[in-house]
Amino acid sequence: MAQHVHAQQSATTLEHPVIGAGQDYESITEVVSEIPLGKRYPFGWIIGLLIGLAGLGALQLAIGYLLLKGIYIWGNNVPVGWAFDIINFVWWIGIGHAGTLISAILMLFKQQWRMSIARFAEAMTIFAVACAALFPLLHTGRPWLAAYWLFPYPNTMGLWPQFRSPLIWDVFAVSTYATVSVVFWIVGLIPDLATMRDRATSNVKRVVFGALSLGWRGSARHWHRYEVASLILAGLSTPLVLSVHSVVSFDFAVSVIPGWHAAIFPPYFVAGAIYSGFGMVLTLAIPIRAFYKLEHLITMKHIDNMAKVMLATGLIVAYGYGMEAFFGWYSANQYERFMLWNRMTGPYAWSYWLLIFINAVLIHVLWFKSVRYNLKYMFVLSLIVNLAMWLERFVIIVTSLHRDFVVSSWDMYSPTAWDFMMFGGTMGLFITLFFLFMKFVPMISIFEVRTLLPEAKVHVPHGHDTHGSGH
Amino acid sequence: MHVSKDKTGLYGLMAEFDSAQGIVDASMKAVAAGYSKMEAYTPFPIEELNDIIHKKRTNLPKLVLFMAFCGMMTGFTLQYWASVIEYPMNIGGRPPATWPAFIVPSYELTILFSALTAAIGMLALNGLPQPYHPVFNVDRFSLASSDKFFLVIEAEDAHFAKDQTSSFLQSLGAKGVYDVAE
Repeated sequence: MAQHVHAQQSATTLEHPVIGAGQDYESITEVVSEIPLGKRYPFGWIIGLLIGLAGLGALQLAIGYLLLKGIYIWGNNVPVGWAFDIINFVWWIGIGHAGTLISAILMLFKQQWRMSIARFAEAMTIFAVACAALFPLLHTGRPWLAAYWLFPYPNTMGLWPQFRSPLIWDVFAVSTYATVSVVFWIVGLIPDLATMRDRATSNVKRVVFGALSLGWRGSARHWHRYEVASLILAGLSTPLVLSVHSVVSFDFAVSVIPGWHAAIFPPYFVAGAIYSGFGMVLTLAIPIRAFYKLEHLITMKHIDNMAKVMLATGLIVAYGYGMEAFFGWYSANQYERFMLWNRMTGPYAWSYWLLIFINAVLIHVLWFKSVRYNLKYMFVLSLIVNLAMWLERFVIIVTSLHRDFVVSSWDMYSPTAWDFMMFGGTMGLFITLFFLFMKFVPMISIFEVRTLLPEAKVHVPHGHDTHGSGH
Repeated sequence: MHVSKDKTGLYGLMAEFDSAQGIVDASMKAVAAGYSKMEAYTPFPIEELNDIIHKKRTNLPKLVLFMAFCGMMTGFTLQYWASVIEYPMNIGGRPPATWPAFIVPSYELTILFSALTAAIGMLALNGLPQPYHPVFNVDRFSLASSDKFFLVIEAEDAHFAKDQTSSFLQSLGAKGVYDVAE
């Protein structure tokens, strides 16, 4: 049966690689716009939203108690001064990277398969960055004072940030990333919001979507500027997304801690980010396409391509682990060598070997087409990949810190219930935002998917002067 | 906003087409017939239409490039001023003007300024947000954001004459021709 479905899918994907057969402008528009415009609140959606809201409640509780008591309620100690706060920050921000890769980098490479998954992958980016940003802000203990040392503004104390610190670079990188991602996403939404406005049956929705669509009417000149702006935004987001995780890795690499001070960190972090991000896109896409019956828009070709990107970036990450181990040995530095030895055989060895097993061994199952085309396997694997990438940050941060240069300062780290509550709470925030997005925003870029149809291709006779001045 | 001087209260004539190829062919014929004040409305971008009708590409990229330089200079001078002039800190005897350390924030502000310019500039040049436009007076126009294609020849056009233009649009294979009220 699976084989049969698979063969059928291949046939469809051969003719129209990234869209199911028998679609037209209206059918695409209808299936996507029906979700925000319809009055249906599916039971599964309500349950999902409630789970998200429960998590959000836990997050509020965790933050409230944190502000009341201070960060000692967390498991952080000396020497493990950075723990869950930074692990979760890096994990969330890494997840966001797949959204930008899909919407920007694949746009520059004219990968048509990105079109139907770009919108919700970008939403995932924005929500993941929102979750990520909470951690560095809250780990300052008194976030209302954080502005003094994070943002350059003429404050009453006459202080200015230390611009030579990667932590300040991080503030610039992450806040720019969040802003540009939101702007890119909103610009991408405008034409579809106009579609919502024109199809809305209730007055409230017509007014709301009408205001949000800014009076978009799809004129040729507007589309031209729109396409130019989108291309520029994609061109800007591409170096931006590569810079963000590079800068995140500088938080570690610029220090002198064995296990952090490594030149390979920026590319290895970026690859890891994209790897985990595609894991998350799959975690979201597989249930969504089944639940909302979007199999003809998010086809097996999409799942297959995402699996291939995961395989490629996963192998880069595995290479990173190999090089980390090699450099540690080749440095002939006793602290570097000890750090590695401790990582592999010390008290947290289980986390290291589990990570190696998943990212360097298990990932090879993606070479097999039968795995890539099996939704159950892919869904489970995407969850495992997210777990592994969380473990990677745990290994990098905790095992590098807990046994530092002086034996007398060694200590073990264990997270408290508040750590877990805060982490689980950000998942609640993410789920809440994502479920609201699914119901109230067209989650597939309708106008872009229309261009995938064969009838959207136009032919201009040769010799006709279509090239204006300054083309 | 564009306001017609036509006293009849007519903004123009709108022709409806079923296909992307249909509106491209119609636009080319309308241009060949000498019409210049017209606009095509489509549910997805058809880059050729801008080249056919307006023959002019946007200056947005130049604007973005200019603002990119502004962003870079803002980032660099901000850091230079704060770290060298206003609040110099001697850390391990290093010079205050450590320019390589200033690269990352300068780079991020370059991108921030450019991206905001690209988005806001696109909207501003397009004249958006624009709550009212005559084309919305035509009921069928609500399909312009789903699956129909519309060509509007404006009453301001030198060649515009209601009856002739209407039959001209019909001859292009339009599925319908509608008056667009001012």
